[in-house]
Amino acid sequence: MQENNKRRIYADNAATTPVLPEVVEAMLPIFYDNWGNPSSLHEEGRRAARTLETARATAAGVLGCQPEELYFTSCGTESDNWAIKGAAYAAKGRRNKIITSKIEHHAVLSTCEALEKEGFEVKYIGVDQDGLLDLDELRREVDDKTAIVAIILANNEIGTIQPISEIAEIAHKAGALCFTDAVQAVGSIPVDAKELGVDMLSLSGHKFGAPKGIGALYIKKGVRIKNLIDGGGHERGRRSGTENLPYIVGLARALEIAQERMGDMRRVAALRDRLIEGLLSIPHSRLNGHPTKRLPGNVNVSFEYVEGESMVLWLDKMGIAASTGSACSSKSLDPSHVLLAIGLPVEMAHGSLRFSLSHANTEEDVEYIIAATREVVEKLRRMSPIYPGA
Amino acid sequence: MVYSEKVMDHFMNPRNVGEIPDADGVGTVGNPKCGDIMKMFIKVNDKGIIEDVKFKTFGCGAAIATSSMATELVKGKSIEEALKLTNAAVVEALEGLPPVKIHCSVLAEEAIKAAIADYYKRRGIEMNFTLSEHSCCERECDRKK
Ligand SMILES: Cc1ncc(COP(=O)(O)O)c(C=O)c1O
Repeated sequence: MQENNKRRIYADNAATTPVLPEVVEAMLPIFYDNWGNPSSLHEEGRRAARTLETARATAAGVLGCQPEELYFTSCGTESDNWAIKGAAYAAKGRRNKIITSKIEHHAVLSTCEALEKEGFEVKYIGVDQDGLLDLDELRREVDDKTAIVAIILANNEIGTIQPISEIAEIAHKAGALCFTDAVQAVGSIPVDAKELGVDMLSLSGHKFGAPKGIGALYIKKGVRIKNLIDGGGHERGRRSGTENLPYIVGLARALEIAQERMGDMRRVAALRDRLIEGLLSIPHSRLNGHPTKRLPGNVNVSFEYVEGESMVLWLDKMGIAASTGSACSSKSLDPSHVLLAIGLPVEMAHGSLRFSLSHANTEEDVEYIIAATREVVEKLRRMSPIYPGA
Repeated sequence: MVYSEKVMDHFMNPRNVGEIPDADGVGTVGNPKCGDIMKMFIKVNDKGIIEDVKFKTFGCGAAIATSSMATELVKGKSIEEALKLTNAAVVEALEGLPPVKIHCSVLAEEAIKAAIADYYKRRGIEMNFTLSEHSCCERECDRKK
């Protein structure tokens, strides 16, 4: 296989996605023309305010909630922080317990750890070998001291999709709030806030064709949480800061497009299944995450006797953008907490690769990825001192 | 995280990969749990010169590149000179390493020393240096530095 191949295959859509041309088109007039401050009384301001509320209504329509239940934020991380800290601070003294899982994104995990240092009790519920939450453990842990149950809807590393409505029901029975980090799910699978029955839900634009640096938090009507960002009283007094109108418009447009193209996700899921099948034909490999209850674009496979980073570097050289575990951990040497939580031995967790496909990928891409990965794994195994086949 | 061109060159085109079946010294350091293992083989002539050196490494890009560079730096050298190899020299020859990867250079230095220690043991020569005991995770190596 040619190393200097000019071809590039982007298979890291869980890290970020390219901004869709239609989204750029929708955003440009806001920069050039409709640049007013939505809080201003004058014509420029009123026009911007109308655009803001139209975008909010569009986004809410896709997410199955009321426009006044949707709050724009600066990113998924902010939404996660706000939901959990806001709920914890609002319940402080009455309910001091937070329940989450062992496979959350760091935006949730680090938030919970910070609250733990402030005196909140945090329980990290385990998952089974496919990454599904242990609902019995959840039932045992949720009590009348629990402020919030925060569980990721679809995992960013292994793609496993949780039964969130069931989890919300368990939380509500004890009078606790239920929050889901839907950052990886929105845009990839239908997400309807009302249907899921959660009190709060976070999303992030750059995972579905909008720019980085724009997110949202759904807060069900009547749910009271503390503010994280105080100021001039934007977003109905709950999240201050002059609205990032171009990006909000972009996020709404990207949501619309994702909804229109949702049917095409079946094709992406078929590509995923072919990729999984092809990669598992390489000896000493295993699939991480649930075989069917997984995001349509997510593939996570471990290869014994080789290390993930060196595979990613070689694949990159061959024109393929993939990742080990999650992008956030590419700076850390510790194996992924998610892979350890599903019971993968540490040695194998070091040898994991994640591909995350999108609409833009083809069958040809998938066959090329399979062939390239086989070549890379064989190459690295030949120089691995622990490979028994050498 | 960005690797220097030199690191990428030694990662993509590692020098001296393989095994020496009739090696005079073999050393293995690291642990699969930590994500890297290096195995070094040396062939030493009667004049005490390292005539040949080969390695096999399981690990990240930096682990492979530092192994490769370490073999280059000791090949053709006397045992005494090879013992003077430091991880800093490996890093310098590679035109730098990201801070989180410095431990790989420590491992490469230790792998060479472990192979020499094995050579001494086989020849019944008393060792005039000490092997560190951890040979493992980054944090220990970083502390040592
Ligand atoms: C599951 C999950 N939650 C939260 C985030 C953080 O989102 P953002 O990058 O917008 O802060 C990400 C993406 O990195 C994610 O995958």
